[in-house]
Amino acid sequence: MRALVWHGKEDIRCDTVTDPEIEQPRDAIVKVTSCAICGSDLHLFHNFIPAMLPGDVMGHEMMGEVVEVGPEARGKLKKGDRVVVPFTIICGECDQCKRGNFSVCQRSNRKKDLADKVFGHATAGLFGYTHLTGGYPGGQAEYLRVPFADATHIKVPDGIPDEKVLFLGDIFPTGWQAAVQCDIQPTDTVAIWGCGPVGQMAIRSAVLLGAKQVIAIDHLPERLEMAQAGGAITINFDEESVVERLNELTGGEGPEKCIDAIGMEAHVSPSMPDTVYDRAKQMLGAESDRPHVLREMIYVCRPAGVISIPGVYGGLVDKIPMGQLMNKGLTIRTGQTHVNRWTDDLLRRIEEGQIDPSFVITHTVSLDEGPEMYKVFRDKQDSCIKVVLKP
Amino acid sequence: MAYYISNIARSKGDPKVLHSGPSSLGAADRLAKALGWFSIGLGIAELVAPERFTRALGMEGKEALVRAYGVRELGHGIVSLSPDKHVGLWSRVAGDGLDIATLMTAMRHDNPKRDNVGIALAAVLGVTLLDIVGAQAVTARHSRPRGRPRSYRDRTGFPQGVQAARGAARDFQVPPDMRAAPTLAAVSDRAPQERARPH
Repeated sequence: MRALVWHGKEDIRCDTVTDPEIEQPRDAIVKVTSCAICGSDLHLFHNFIPAMLPGDVMGHEMMGEVVEVGPEARGKLKKGDRVVVPFTIICGECDQCKRGNFSVCQRSNRKKDLADKVFGHATAGLFGYTHLTGGYPGGQAEYLRVPFADATHIKVPDGIPDEKVLFLGDIFPTGWQAAVQCDIQPTDTVAIWGCGPVGQMAIRSAVLLGAKQVIAIDHLPERLEMAQAGGAITINFDEESVVERLNELTGGEGPEKCIDAIGMEAHVSPSMPDTVYDRAKQMLGAESDRPHVLREMIYVCRPAGVISIPGVYGGLVDKIPMGQLMNKGLTIRTGQTHVNRWTDDLLRRIEEGQIDPSFVITHTVSLDEGPEMYKVFRDKQDSCIKVVLKP
Repeated sequence: MAYYISNIARSKGDPKVLHSGPSSLGAADRLAKALGWFSIGLGIAELVAPERFTRALGMEGKEALVRAYGVRELGHGIVSLSPDKHVGLWSRVAGDGLDIATLMTAMRHDNPKRDNVGIALAAVLGVTLLDIVGAQAVTARHSRPRGRPRSYRDRTGFPQGVQAARGAARDFQVPPDMRAAPTLAAVSDRAPQERARPH
């Protein structure tokens, strides 16, 4: 089969690889009908997330048709089922899964020893990601082996186009969880840094959850326009001070709830000297992440507010203002997304027409064009916000 | 070809690379990579054995300067190998200018190694040309083209419109582990409607 394969920094290739096979009784094989390039794939593309190996198949947003089912998954899945595959692999039986903390499933990471050493305690296995999260082959491919498939799936009905439900596997529940963990009140201002795909979903989620005002921060005109279309007030950080404008929009009090939909690769600009400092340290290997957004959120957030971090961080950050964080009594909530915790509710909202996540798709191409689209997406060329691949 | 080694370590059911296809790296990216590694090699050589350079060029006594240039080369190399490779390549062009200026000072008639300096100058000029071509190509490949971006004004994501969407999910019950500490307004007499919220 064909698959997009990681070969090194900025080197993704459309390779011919062997077909995946059932390994465990709970596995299933899915024929991928649609998959997407996620913002966090770019962290792998840049080799900022450690423990990738040449030959790793990329992709953690995918859906398709079940074509083979292991004997122990047969009660829950059958050939022909249409499924979205969540990016977090879950056993559904461990203590964490039972609590709904699916992204820290205790049994799905097959490289637990390695992850225990690096993280202290292992987190869930993830598709198409680092070997710290199991090194499972991803879904930017024609076929995907789904481990623990009886639990790791979201069944979707026929009749809804792929584009409407594909993002149930990652960016929609990720944006939703980012907003939910803010516990949005009708009086709240929610500020969202980053108008990429997760930021766009977080904006829509905050609007649906009834925030008084939603403020979106970015500098790319097309992304700000899409944010505005979704009901956000926008701030272009190339043109105005984020802190001043947020204070102005909140009567000088600051937003109660702040969402970091950027993560480890904040935009670098001489007008934000800390970003240049972070970039220099990152190049020298002295810091893995560029946490400008985190610093700005801690500074501007209203005391006793909530900071929600769906943006991916990879390792070590520097110069985090702990004094501001502690004295202001801020709550930080973060984590990979507990996808299956939200998807029944979100699927219902899609079916009822509350939201149509396909709004974010700007490019649909074949798998062969995937390598070039990584570049286009990374360089924000051709007004690219979200790429869907059709194997 | 490194995937051959990792193929061995993969489990039975995992896909293994059979044939490699087109890459996301363009010719300009590969040139940047090559120049980046060249910078790192040259930088290490200048740092470790500066006297070899000064002796060959008749610039004895300038070892500290060569070492400093070695550090500079390492910087060029690291940036050229990073995602900001255009910055690295343009910094190499600036570094080439500095190298040329330094070599020109050694083109004195009384320098017995004047011929070597001439060869070095020709080499640096050649590399400068390559750096300029590479920097221009990388900049062009990875820049956002000027002009108006596409309009996404109609991409609301809400089939029933933004106004209908505002608060449409207020029926959602935030799970207990994700609730925030109540704000003053929520517990004071000023906001009884908020106190009465189901969660």
